[in-house]
Amino acid sequence: MCLAIPALITSIEDKEAEVEIGGISRRISLWLTPEARVGDYVLVHTGYAINVLDQERAEETLEILREIAEGVED
Amino acid sequence: MKYITEFRSSELGEGLISRIQQRSKTPTRFMEFCGGHTVTIFRYGIRQLLPPTIEMVSGPGCPICVTANADLDKAIALSQMPGVIITTFGDMLKVPGSRSSLEKARASGAEVQTVYSTMDALDIAEANRGKSVVFLGIGFETTAPTIAASILQAEERGIKNYHVLSLHKVCPPVIKALLDSGEVELGGLVCPGHVSTIIGSHPWEFIAQEYGIPCVISGFEPLDVLQCVKMLTEQVEKGESRVEIAYKRGVRPEGNIMALELMERVFEPSPARWRGMGEIAGSGLKIRSEYQRFDAEANFDIKTAPAVEHKGCICGDILRGVKAPADCKLFGKACTPENPVGPCMVSAEGSCSAYYLYGDGHGG
Repeated sequence: MCLAIPALITSIEDKEAEVEIGGISRRISLWLTPEARVGDYVLVHTGYAINVLDQERAEETLEILREIAEGVED
Repeated sequence: MKYITEFRSSELGEGLISRIQQRSKTPTRFMEFCGGHTVTIFRYGIRQLLPPTIEMVSGPGCPICVTANADLDKAIALSQMPGVIITTFGDMLKVPGSRSSLEKARASGAEVQTVYSTMDALDIAEANRGKSVVFLGIGFETTAPTIAASILQAEERGIKNYHVLSLHKVCPPVIKALLDSGEVELGGLVCPGHVSTIIGSHPWEFIAQEYGIPCVISGFEPLDVLQCVKMLTEQVEKGESRVEIAYKRGVRPEGNIMALELMERVFEPSPARWRGMGEIAGSGLKIRSEYQRFDAEANFDIKTAPAVEHKGCICGDILRGVKAPADCKLFGKACTPENPVGPCMVSAEGSCSAYYLYGDGHGG
């Protein structure tokens, strides 16, 4: 029930945004993430963006995962 | 970066599993609190891939599953009132209360509409000014801010016929209750990712500090869960207990300040009833008196007969992590996703539903 899906913001009008989720366009609310901008990926939960995803952190995590998988961490 | 496929790489997954296998020496038990994690673990067969030293148990992190029959009965009673339209997330329809379900109520004439979002419920209220639209507020900290926002929007748009039955629950107090009961011994906690998106990492600190249990906040893709298990294993082997965020792209230590503010503005802490655990102080969210006109409890005289439990159903024990679905006599026989007896079989994130759909996780 706490499912939230990454979606790309394509346009913003006031407190609502148009997002693309897997090729489908949907209208969501930005009440909880007023900082969101066009081009951001947000986590969408029941029609509300609950967070702007952090690309830098995501890339860092993938790098850490690669290091763990290859056994070169620490 | 699409934030999904990158975190499903089987090559990286295999690497992570072999590191976990190499590193884990001490027998331990990790609880995944959240039903969303249970689904990832089952869908990707993660339990079978972990070394025998690591046991995974599912926790009470499924809002639908933990809603007590007495509260479900209130929702069903509301649906029977003339002029009331119930709006709810779809998963709630089939959940059996003491004597009926919303689905059965709808079949016998009640107006029950499923919605994807509270925004849809607001539109229904706007289009049906002569009726009262009640939204069933069920969910954890992930969902509660969206419902707080809907109440503020109703105020802004002048929608006076919108009400919320607030059955929201917050997570840290239930984990405390679970640990204090002494029924389940845990070596680590997979903390819920999207609850933490809202509340941040600080509310989990007491588990690491006072109970000495390692805590790692995890995302929901298979690599996220494996990374989390690896980090928990590291802490176990080093004898440490800290709160760490594995799901850094989705969780900041301070959480979502705006969402927390809206939640605080509309709700205040209250006791809440949990299936299998009874009433837990401070684990619920009540609508503040300033917003009472939107509170279904305050605006309708909801009368229900005393709640009764489903005979033979052990959902309560399963939610506390002390029994597994396979221990239930009804599982897969009298209780299936098509004809569920208990909520853990209804919700897509319930343990029973996950066991039923993907096997018992040990080759079943």
